[in-house]
Amino acid sequence: MMDKKSPLLEVIGLNIEFHDHLVPETVVYDFDLTLNEGEIVGIVGESGSGKSMTALAIAGLLSRHDMEKKGQILYEGMDLLSCPRAQLRKLQGKEIGMVFQEPMTSLNPVKKIGWQVEESLRLHTQIPKEERKETALSLLKSVELTEAEKVYKMYPHELSGGMRQRAMLAAAIICEPKLLIADEPTTALDVTIQAQIVKLLKKINEQKKTAILFISHDLSLVSRLCERVIVMQGGYIVETGSSEEIFENPKEEYTKKLIAAIPKCVRK
Amino acid sequence: MSMKKKKNYNLIAGGILTGTMLLLIMIGIFYTPYDPNAMDPAAKFAGVSLAHPMGCDNFGRDVFSRVLQGSRTTLFVALCTVTIGTVFGIALGAVTGYYGGILDEILMRINDAVFAFPSLLLALVFISILGPGRNNVIAALGIAFVPSFARIVRGEFLKYRNMDYVKSAKLQGAGDWRIMFVHILPNAMPVLLSAIIIGFNNAVLAEAGMSYLGIGVQPPEASLGRMLSEAQSYLFTAPAYAIFPGAVIIWMVLGFSLLSEGIGAESEK
Repeated sequence: MMDKKSPLLEVIGLNIEFHDHLVPETVVYDFDLTLNEGEIVGIVGESGSGKSMTALAIAGLLSRHDMEKKGQILYEGMDLLSCPRAQLRKLQGKEIGMVFQEPMTSLNPVKKIGWQVEESLRLHTQIPKEERKETALSLLKSVELTEAEKVYKMYPHELSGGMRQRAMLAAAIICEPKLLIADEPTTALDVTIQAQIVKLLKKINEQKKTAILFISHDLSLVSRLCERVIVMQGGYIVETGSSEEIFENPKEEYTKKLIAAIPKCVRK
Repeated sequence: MSMKKKKNYNLIAGGILTGTMLLLIMIGIFYTPYDPNAMDPAAKFAGVSLAHPMGCDNFGRDVFSRVLQGSRTTLFVALCTVTIGTVFGIALGAVTGYYGGILDEILMRINDAVFAFPSLLLALVFISILGPGRNNVIAALGIAFVPSFARIVRGEFLKYRNMDYVKSAKLQGAGDWRIMFVHILPNAMPVLLSAIIIGFNNAVLAEAGMSYLGIGVQPPEASLGRMLSEAQSYLFTAPAYAIFPGAVIIWMVLGFSLLSEGIGAESEK
């Protein structure tokens, strides 16, 4: 029913170029992406393929002066690359949330978990303190953290990696953003926790209709979670298509290699 | 460090020394045995006695009362100096460390130029322009102290500005000021706290040194350095007059040093 509406996020011809050496160095070439509301799209590729750079650019976190960005990043029709900083800041946290790779460094070591989860609410709304706490607690529960009350008062060093990543997730979605960027959220975690986090992302997507841009080098995870996949190599898009298409019937040599690299469990 | 289960003796000793000093100064605000400036010709150079626990000076003023008042002056000057140094140091260090770029380059080169002068010499220059007196000493030492704090804070900000939690704060929509002072500054606090206490040390010594040279606190107001310089002429006739103010300076400096060491060890755990 909402098919006629313009997509939530549209990236057209994005180029990212570094100027910190004598010769400009391009890390992302002509990146295109459309993401509709409530959709999950995955970006896969090896290290250095430019997938994280793309994510940071979409999140508006690449604002270094030695870097040039060409193209358009349209969020609900507004170009994030050319809009003023203040307007971008209004979107950040409220409309766009992000989870990082390293749960060890993505939480501030001197602030309590509760404080950090509430930060977006504090910045974007005028909700009174008690309500903020209630919202934070209910979110901590919804990301399946047991003993939310206790976690609320804890410092990051008191939590395990998986718990921290859950807390991060809670902080990212507390304002109910329409877009969640997950930059390798499971890479630093062990396999069982990985599966739980992926399940959690799926749950968030289903319940809140949050669109997710999932970035990973792990094809099997991406195939489980995403409807559409973009394969990147060396800054270029190699192949795009629906998850099934790519996995059943890969066209490019690189994609075939990536799929062949997934370890298989052979039962005797 | 091997401080794991051991008690932090530095912290305890420093706390006790500084604590008793502060207590004495506090008492000195409300009560001194004699008026610090009252002269009693009969008691000139009186030795240590029950009536005058630290003896009397060349005008027959009670040294104990003057030490109480003098250490208050010294500590007040140190407090103001360190406050000026810290506030401006944090502002400068935060802005340069967080933004970097050309602004950082310009401000830090100015900073380096100021830093290149010994702080006492720099303060002397300011005093010779502003004229002697307590408030001018505070201003001069305060300015001389800014660069070292700015450097420390800048170093910390450089370290933290690219951390993921800073990115994530940015992504939550926090503005630059909020990120600098709410998200990053608390992380720099342990290092800064040590530096502040060491700064106290330097300020106490610098104030004593300037008053000793006669360009700091002006008579009749008492200050530890001033008393030392006055006692110098009577070193052999009335040694107590020099010993006690000197001992109090050592007491203060030792207390602050131990406290700073202790806090440093505590934050490394």
